[in-house]
Amino acid sequence: MGADADHAEALAARVAEAAARGEALRIEGSGSKAFYGHPVKGVPLDATVHRGVVAYEPSELYVTARAGTPLADLEALLAAHGQRLGCEPPRFGGRGTVGGMVAAGLSGPRRPWGGAVRDLVLGVRCVNGRGETLRFGGQVIKNVAGFDAARLMAGSLGTLALLLEVTLRVGPAPAAMRTLVLACTADEALERLAAWGRLPLPLTGACHLEGRLHLRLEGNEAAVDAAAARLGGTALDDAEAFWTGMRDHTLPFFAADDPRPLWRLSVPPAAPQPALPGDWLLDWGGAQRWLRSEVPAGTVRAAAEALGGHATRFRGGGEASVFHPLPPAARALHRRIKAAFDPAGILNPGRLYGPEGP
Amino acid sequence: MVNQKAPSTDARACLAALRKALPDDALLTEAEALRAYECDALSAYRALPLAVALPHDRAQVRAVLRIAREHAVPVVARGAGTGLSGGALPHPQGIVLSLARLDRILEIDPRNRTARVEPGVRNLAISEAARPYGLHYAPDPSSQIACTIGGNIAENAGGVHCLKHGLTVHNVLRIEAITLSGETLVAGGAGLDGPGYDLAALLTGSEGLLAVVVEATVRLLPLPESARVLLAAFATVEAAADAVAAIIAEGIVPAGLEMMDNPAIRAAEDFVHAGYPVEAAAILLCELDGAVAEVEAELARVRAVLERHGATEVRVARDEAERQRFWKGRKAAFPAVGRISPDYYCMDGTIPRREVGRVLARIAGLAREHGLRVVNVFHAGDGNLHPLILYDANAPGELERTEALGRRILELCVEVGGTVTGEHGVGVEKLDPMCRQFDEATLRQFHALREAFDPERLLNPGKAVPTLARCAEYNAMHVRAGRLPFPELERF
Repeated sequence: MGADADHAEALAARVAEAAARGEALRIEGSGSKAFYGHPVKGVPLDATVHRGVVAYEPSELYVTARAGTPLADLEALLAAHGQRLGCEPPRFGGRGTVGGMVAAGLSGPRRPWGGAVRDLVLGVRCVNGRGETLRFGGQVIKNVAGFDAARLMAGSLGTLALLLEVTLRVGPAPAAMRTLVLACTADEALERLAAWGRLPLPLTGACHLEGRLHLRLEGNEAAVDAAAARLGGTALDDAEAFWTGMRDHTLPFFAADDPRPLWRLSVPPAAPQPALPGDWLLDWGGAQRWLRSEVPAGTVRAAAEALGGHATRFRGGGEASVFHPLPPAARALHRRIKAAFDPAGILNPGRLYGPEGP
Repeated sequence: MVNQKAPSTDARACLAALRKALPDDALLTEAEALRAYECDALSAYRALPLAVALPHDRAQVRAVLRIAREHAVPVVARGAGTGLSGGALPHPQGIVLSLARLDRILEIDPRNRTARVEPGVRNLAISEAARPYGLHYAPDPSSQIACTIGGNIAENAGGVHCLKHGLTVHNVLRIEAITLSGETLVAGGAGLDGPGYDLAALLTGSEGLLAVVVEATVRLLPLPESARVLLAAFATVEAAADAVAAIIAEGIVPAGLEMMDNPAIRAAEDFVHAGYPVEAAAILLCELDGAVAEVEAELARVRAVLERHGATEVRVARDEAERQRFWKGRKAAFPAVGRISPDYYCMDGTIPRREVGRVLARIAGLAREHGLRVVNVFHAGDGNLHPLILYDANAPGELERTEALGRRILELCVEVGGTVTGEHGVGVEKLDPMCRQFDEATLRQFHALREAFDPERLLNPGKAVPTLARCAEYNAMHVRAGRLPFPELERF
């Protein structure tokens, strides 16, 4: 565990130096998501040294933290003030930094209702590939000055800039939480969720695995009671453990020693289940579907695409591209955006789409 | 007012090509017809374009862009022209590309809770089409009856309910846009995200500088079961501002939380007789929505907070009619101000909520120094101020003084950690204050990002991001003015 420290200048100088030499950098946080994306060939740059919460005012609903701040520290601070991050970011292996959360852009089970990482980003301070320190967005919720380059950082996996500081919107933690379990097939679950989605229910989690639909309700007591009465099912006792397992991928379904690749399909929530062999776990009310399968990458991608979505090879199965291939024009645009931030191509080159970039 | 110049050779060739590519009813070139497009809702800035294109479909949009590029002619995309920052101000040598005719709702998908629409569809029309399914489109800018979703995306439009339900960027899932080179881009996806960089976030609020939106898929939310509103009166603006912070600190995120100061209360009351307490220094309108039981419980908590924080009076609308009446005054505030002043200039800065009391006091001081009156009606929940500067355009020098005061107010917003525009966009209006908010390196990055999409810089040139030369000049002026004996006097 390191101490809070401001290393902004040293980090910017390091990037500038690398830019001058044309030396590729591999940005490293806690390493909890090192498996995600393509491997990067470059000199490691430790971003965890720059850490600490810079500003937090609960009644302003934002927090500003240095990118190397451990996610667990930030969440503990928020919890002490009755607040939390709506996006419920994963903490693989119990680790993760604030910068890594934004760079990877991964959100947990609450995403459809609490927002994605990118929805929470209000502003960033970052270093582009020229070694220049830039500030996008700010600390206020409503801000349309300049291009929204702050949100562009979410999910860019460090290929555009080195994050120094991130301002996130925070929200109140609810007074009550209850989890209901209903026995049903995946198809039945999707059918029910499509109907319930049109009702003003305080849902903040809906996932289906092994013949059981898990519904999480959060809000004030009255709202949770009313909704629970309406939905039926049985209450789950160790609900916290279940949602933590979903969020941090510690449920047996996500076991790292499973030889089959783990696919993530992002599709419209009510889309029918693709007829692909393997084990399925439905999250986000159906909008995020996890698949453990040996099916060829092309088959998985075609199935996701047929539903208007895309597929990510999240873990394992090293042959195929990790992320869904882009059409040629979009690919070219991605390279130009990368070049606009990082003309020498030194920041995490190839992490998103491999050697061809970005 | 910028006068139309005689078209150059290039421009004439461009017009000829457009005539060939578009049906007769899709191209306007006569001055009389162009006049309707000379400004958006920021009518202080006007210019006649070379031509207005009114394509019927996507192929015609692409043709306009292709021809414009071939002839190096600027293109200004336009929705309903309700923007407040001059984002749709025509370029005098350019084409206005109106998306008004691409106005079909392509699909309402109640199972996935989405609407797929063309850019010219009006904001409110989406909610109207979704209502039979118990759904609505949440962002509700005040112009929602007229403004289009394409324009909303270009400006990242907000509204009264965005504290709880988000801005446009939080409610658009997928965008199809055409770049100047004629390529169709798909940003986002039919699910909750798309592959690659988050171009949907980047395109939203890009003010027509990156690409032209030709289709959007937006998220629909269930209509709330219940919506209740409270009205609280305060003896000071500071007390009202403190009460706002206290409501949020209580862990409540209201659907809407609006503040009006005394001049605004009086103007609105005189106009629509909403029953507002005209002696109050400020009132808050706080709307809560959700399930019935949830709303009732929160209502009691909010009432307690308001009373604890010095509200001199708290009223809860007893029924829907009274709720509508409470809102009527707020919604009519701008036209009400229009009745007490020949002209008014609506500003749009956001500040951290804790600064509201102090900033309003400083705005009042600045107004006195400039010999002008300011009325405040704003989204208190998210700190989005809308100071209305009252002036008379016919009184010599008043418009200039008004603009000078407006600039000072926006600089003040930046000074306290806020932004020069919360929801109206930069357009042409806030180019100078942008120079205060962003440093040179960041502005250069914006330009580089723009050129990744549009290397020729033909899409809405001269808007949204100031040139470095302009900022150098502006900042030099500012420093000099700061050394003069009367720093509040504008020297340019």
